[in-house]
Amino acid sequence: MNRNRGHIQPWIALVGLIALFAMPLDSADPARLLVREGPAGWALVAVMAAAIIAAIRARRSLVAAGLLALAAHGGAAMAIGLLPSLAGHAGSGFWALVLTSWLLAWALVTELSEWPRRPGLPGLVLSLLIPFLFGLWLLILWQIVVVVFEVPFVLIPPPSAIGTRIASSLPILAADFRQTFLKAVVAGYAIGCGSGFLVAILVDRVSFLKRGLLPIGNLVSALPIVGIAPIMVMWFGFDWPSKAAVVVVSTFFPMLVNTVTGLSASQPISRDLMRTYASTYWQTLFKLRLPEAMPFVFNALKINSTLALIAAIVAEFFGTPIVGMGFRISTEVGRMNIDMVWAEIAVAALAGSAFYGVVALAERAATFWHPSFRT
Amino acid sequence: MTGEGTSGKKSESPAIAIAGLSLVFNTNDGPVQALSDIDLEVKRGEFVSFIGPSGCGKTTLLRVIADLEQPTGGSITVNGVSPEEARLARAYGYVFQAAALYPWRTIARNIALPLEIMGLTRADREKRVADNLALVDLAGFERKYPWQLSGGMQQRASIARALAVEPELLLMDEPFGALDEIVRDHLNEKLLRLWDRTQKTVVFVTHSIPEAVFLSTKIVVMSPRPGRVTDIIECGFPRHRSLDIRETPEFLAIAARVRAGLRAGHSYED
Repeated sequence: MNRNRGHIQPWIALVGLIALFAMPLDSADPARLLVREGPAGWALVAVMAAAIIAAIRARRSLVAAGLLALAAHGGAAMAIGLLPSLAGHAGSGFWALVLTSWLLAWALVTELSEWPRRPGLPGLVLSLLIPFLFGLWLLILWQIVVVVFEVPFVLIPPPSAIGTRIASSLPILAADFRQTFLKAVVAGYAIGCGSGFLVAILVDRVSFLKRGLLPIGNLVSALPIVGIAPIMVMWFGFDWPSKAAVVVVSTFFPMLVNTVTGLSASQPISRDLMRTYASTYWQTLFKLRLPEAMPFVFNALKINSTLALIAAIVAEFFGTPIVGMGFRISTEVGRMNIDMVWAEIAVAALAGSAFYGVVALAERAATFWHPSFRT
Repeated sequence: MTGEGTSGKKSESPAIAIAGLSLVFNTNDGPVQALSDIDLEVKRGEFVSFIGPSGCGKTTLLRVIADLEQPTGGSITVNGVSPEEARLARAYGYVFQAAALYPWRTIARNIALPLEIMGLTRADREKRVADNLALVDLAGFERKYPWQLSGGMQQRASIARALAVEPELLLMDEPFGALDEIVRDHLNEKLLRLWDRTQKTVVFVTHSIPEAVFLSTKIVVMSPRPGRVTDIIECGFPRHRSLDIRETPEFLAIAARVRAGLRAGHSYED
């Protein structure tokens, strides 16, 4: 309670509030002040002042957090609403508004981070809220900076334009997602991880494979995707099987190497125990070595979940039917439709994170006993 | 060799018969003589302790008996057959220094592990698990995971796992070495009662003199470099004994003899 670390933001926000009260929003029009923008301007200043006072006075209070959230996002909404009329000539008052809102959001996240962890739904909501606020403010600042400085559209479009594009192109995005993710990635991932796992068991059993195949495997895993993708197109045709083949090649070896390592992870004492029971090879494999290898296997599954998506998208750069996320990115770049490229990137990021999240959840369920998860 | 050992019938052969046994490890620094010319006979139902300083080969000798190490010379039979045959016949219950419970299995399923490997039916497994958990006072902890239990409870679970096999030989490698004195005394008494009730042959490795004297019918004193037997002491305490006997003159006399044997083994080092 005595620590005041991290609570300097409200004080700076107070300075910012005074600045945004007194300084012009528009560098071309010194008379344009926030408080002259109508009742909304006054209301915002009042809420910000209340939030700053609440944040300075109270710690871990729901009222302070609520006021901070209201003030920060009210300020952001106001700033974004003012954007079209200020592009290229924003004044110091506008920057004071942005800075103050951002500081209040920072104070809010600091405040939320200090709340004690709670079990159940409230804890889950809180743990999701903090990264959500982080991401939201990234988008808000991106929007403001890109519009105010009139950054060319082909370099970086504002998030609002990307959002509009996503909303208007849902059928195309869905078709691309089906082609690239649901066909190429899922099939390639399943075959690549599955065969890597089975070959690892074989390699572990047969020592000449361990000495012969693993070094070659390292060589193959170093092959660039851009190199093998055109060859796979020649072997498997233009449609998704050639992309799945590239995914297989890039996911096979991470799984192989990790599983081989995992299979030798069991302690000598555990193996001796199995020996005293006169356990067979397969009994030891299923009852000791595979469970012990699971953390390694899941490591590979997690690495491969993102690797597979990258591989499938890049592979589509080398010839596809006229559908697919990689196809869309490469053609829309050529047509200067950068907002569509970003829309595909957003879908890929979302799909990749969700995929990774599902694998991570499965990992928690399967290796709950591992020291890193024990509760 | 006793008379009954030479009869050749499996049921009458000694639990363990070792003659002229030696073991040389080939390490990167050259050969290391771990065991040298060991002669030992253990009768069925005996409680034998190996005692000696670190590096005297007591654990290695136990591992040779369990077929976890191969001797390089001499002969060894367990129940009249080779250690490997005895191992494949599942004659051993081995308790390691650490509990070696599998963290992904509950306590009950850890104890069921050897029973699954032996191919017992589900009903048999459940009965043996329940019986042996009760034997080590762990009834009610079936569904806990090993890491949720204290070190002493984990070691008791590992003893229950060894007993569930219903082995002819219980081999214990410093099972209580990592536990505090009070828990250790308690488990020693429990172990003694178990031995009395089940009539098993127990081979017990320790470096604690009171523990060895309290538990054993026979104490094998060993010394290091090379590992060898310097003394074999018979203890004639009654099968039912309590910790109080540690105050008696007989107990102290045997403890003194063990200590003298250990000191003799050490003297050439100085």
